[in-house]
Amino acid sequence: MIAWTIYLTFTGGVLLVMLPRTFARWIALLTTLAGLVLGIVAFLRMPIADLAHFTTIVSVPWVPALGINYHLAIDGVSLTMVLVTGISAVSTVLFSWDVDHRQREFFFWLLLVVGGCYGVFLSVDLFLFFAFYELVIVPKYFLIAIFGSTNKEYGAMKLTLYSFFGGMLVFAGILVAYVTAGSLDLNQLAQFHFNPQMQSWAFPVLFLGFAVLAGIWPLHTWAPTGHVAAPTAGSMLLAGIVMKLGSYAGLRVAMNVFPEGFQMWSKWIAALAVIGIVYAAAVALRQRDLKFVIGYSSVSHMGFALLGLATANALGVSGAVLQMFSHGVIAALLFAVAGRMLYRRTHTRELDALSGMNLSRALPFAAFTFVIASAASMGIPGFSGFAAEITILIGAWKTYPIAVWITGAGMVLAAAFTLRALVKSFFGEVRVQTGRVPIDADWKEQPITLAEKCGACLLMFATLAVGLYPKLLLDRIMPAVEAMRFLK
Amino acid sequence: MRSLASTISYLELLKLAFPEVIVVISALVVLGIGLTSRRGTAVSGVSSAKPPTRAVDTAAATGWCSLAAALGVVIAIAAVLMLPRNASLFGGMLVITPLTSLFKIICLVLAFFTVCLARSEKALRHMGEYLAIILFATVGLMLLVGSEELLMIFIGLELLGLSLYVMAAFDKTDVRSAEAGLKYFLFGSTSSAFTLFGISLIYGMSGSTGLVVISEKLAGAPAQPLLATGIIMTLIGFAFKIAAAPFHLWAPDAYQGAPIPSAAFIASGSKVASFVVLGKIVLVGFGPVHGSSAWHAMAAGWSPILAVLAALSILIGNLVALAQTSVRRLLAYSAVAHAGYTLLGLVAGGRDGFSATLFYAVIYAITLVGAFGVVAVVRSESGGDDLENFSGLAARAPLLAGCMAIFMFSLAGIPPLAGFFGKFYLFSAALRAGEDHGLLWLVALALFGSFVSLYYYLIVLKAIFVDQPSRTAPALDDVWSDLLQRITVTVLAAAILFFGIMPGILASRILAAMP
Repeated sequence: MIAWTIYLTFTGGVLLVMLPRTFARWIALLTTLAGLVLGIVAFLRMPIADLAHFTTIVSVPWVPALGINYHLAIDGVSLTMVLVTGISAVSTVLFSWDVDHRQREFFFWLLLVVGGCYGVFLSVDLFLFFAFYELVIVPKYFLIAIFGSTNKEYGAMKLTLYSFFGGMLVFAGILVAYVTAGSLDLNQLAQFHFNPQMQSWAFPVLFLGFAVLAGIWPLHTWAPTGHVAAPTAGSMLLAGIVMKLGSYAGLRVAMNVFPEGFQMWSKWIAALAVIGIVYAAAVALRQRDLKFVIGYSSVSHMGFALLGLATANALGVSGAVLQMFSHGVIAALLFAVAGRMLYRRTHTRELDALSGMNLSRALPFAAFTFVIASAASMGIPGFSGFAAEITILIGAWKTYPIAVWITGAGMVLAAAFTLRALVKSFFGEVRVQTGRVPIDADWKEQPITLAEKCGACLLMFATLAVGLYPKLLLDRIMPAVEAMRFLK
Repeated sequence: MRSLASTISYLELLKLAFPEVIVVISALVVLGIGLTSRRGTAVSGVSSAKPPTRAVDTAAATGWCSLAAALGVVIAIAAVLMLPRNASLFGGMLVITPLTSLFKIICLVLAFFTVCLARSEKALRHMGEYLAIILFATVGLMLLVGSEELLMIFIGLELLGLSLYVMAAFDKTDVRSAEAGLKYFLFGSTSSAFTLFGISLIYGMSGSTGLVVISEKLAGAPAQPLLATGIIMTLIGFAFKIAAAPFHLWAPDAYQGAPIPSAAFIASGSKVASFVVLGKIVLVGFGPVHGSSAWHAMAAGWSPILAVLAALSILIGNLVALAQTSVRRLLAYSAVAHAGYTLLGLVAGGRDGFSATLFYAVIYAITLVGAFGVVAVVRSESGGDDLENFSGLAARAPLLAGCMAIFMFSLAGIPPLAGFFGKFYLFSAALRAGEDHGLLWLVALALFGSFVSLYYYLIVLKAIFVDQPSRTAPALDDVWSDLLQRITVTVLAAAILFFGIMPGILASRILAAMP
């Protein structure tokens, strides 16, 4: 049944284009809601025992001559990712409610990204997996280049070329695995013993390809530029789900297919991840544009996910998966506030300009949302960010104690840049009213809309629920991770 | 050969060559219609009192010509379907196998779409003659595909070539068309000379022009310089036909200058047939001197030659395409790159590699005919085919823009389009061929090439979807003016999507038809 997330999303996308534009956003909302509901139903109804291994949903021969099957499956890790996709997608549509320019096209590309992500999270067959993975790249280009803002064409092209470069590395890795083992099925590949000499070069190619999408340092530069150039929906999807494709695929494909290669390279991944955490946090501290701050914070937080993967123990890897969920929600929330709630009304994202506007009075709901999002992002206990990062650090303590110390410094920096952005954007000293907002004539007519409130509440609920009771997800993630091959 | 005269049976020959005969007859019919109607226009032209009638006359004649040509092609397809499964005449001069039948049909289908494109090409005068030449070129394709004998292959090659030279130069009002024709002719005739020279050397060494016999003779023969010369000379002719670097220099001018249906035909039918024949020659005829192009075990033979051609084509084609501003030139350089990818399957060899090559060649041909169809519409409405002419096409003609997006992404190898499966099939076949991933270097180069290529395909799509339409560009909302062209393009785009989602349908047919 969960496979319907994919079909419904793509059907919705095609319907959108066919029908008159008045229906566009409603179709998009219904489609994404249906995806979320399917995810929640699966979450509630599927027995936890079934989620401990990759349970097949559909398996049909597709191109028998080459051994390609249409094979979908789900386990705890996939389910978590499906959930975060659903949550981000619904809130993204809500925050794009008033997109007016080429509306049908906008929601078409958006649903294509969402459907591709569902596909990646559920595929077992590597051909299918890679088809969905590449399918996500193209719509991102159009979403950003047509609907974006600052420097959009450059940002879109850079992001697309980086993603496609990663994609080509992945393609090479998948081909090598396929040709050597003679199968494309992840379950079978995870049983196959590749010769260690081959793993030593095939693993880094494959993993690096995925890690480009996850924003690994030093191949992360597409992320801040892309996030800033993208429209709000684009940044929310990018940071919320698309970056997770990279880390998810690194775990599901690279680490499971080439476990020995992973053992050889894990400390290098950890090193890059730690550098990414600290470096991106330090850079974020110096940014003037609010979206750049959030863009770099995404790189920093994805560093945690990569560090969690590199720990190679069940706790750390589960923490990484939890972080993918948590950051998906938090980043979407941050970008929603910065891109939609603030920028649409103030027409600026410059922190210095914002600080003179007394926005906490003018936009109390936005201020409230941003406080919650910042708290979650900093890792205050009670929010999902804390649960995820502490799990990762406990996991990392067993393998790389030094990394934990350095990461600690990174967390302090993270708190610093988040607080700086929060204070500057909402709680600046009210000197003279310099900004455009309070003097803007039609200012009063732009209160926070209902759609925005619903979207923000959904995201805040998700981060709080998982933060207060992480067992909800961890119970499903842990057994699935423990069943994975690289732990044996 | 000795008892040729005694064994010949004209009835048999007519039966087996029936599809070709039909195409020739329909070419003559088309020519006849064209001639008679033109005499009529000449008469009314003298009086010049009623020019509108003359225009109507010509349009009607064009319509009848196209109809006759299309009908002939369709009947020929039906005739191919009724051929016996396997047959061979005159020591391989005319061979019928599932493979030849399949590719005769594919060539005919491509010719059919070319006729559709030609129908709406307004710049062309003397439509009857143009269509007849397309049909003669199609006969050339069918002879090429359906022969396993070097002389017959050479005759097919020349028939095809001579028709294509004329087609390239057909637009007499345009200097570029003349340039395209002349360049294509000069390069083509030179490379034909090379091929003929190569064939004569091979004949001298093996005493036969039949591919199967050649292969038997070569198997026992020691490697010698003369053989190498013969093989290289033969390959050069085909490298020219498929526009592989460094024999690609004619391609940009031909693609840019020739009338659009001619360019589409050069890029599609001619390429597919050339790959079929090239594959047969190297895999059947030169099979014993395969050599090896694995990076750790290079061995002399034709495979390293093709590998070098492929590598050069991928690099030169993709890098030069980056700098193009004319969409047709861009397609030409990308064609060079795609010839490189397609060669990968032949380098790999075997049934798997050959069928991957053919699958990719067919998909590529369909894509290019479609892309040229879009270019034709844009050109006829806005007077050019530079990137600026495409800007804002998404707002002017959403359907065409969507189709162009499908073609470009298929060329770039983005799923779920057929080009993606084609690349997957090709690259996996190439990797599987050499032991210990010997061809990884070539596959890595091809992957790098695909990465580079995405940039220039995106530039085209950026013009279409992102840029604002320039003020001078008219809206392309006059759907009825070139309905046929639009339908053709849409059908081709749908085919690309269909073969991307259901690649097995075509791939398994090609694989099953492999000898």
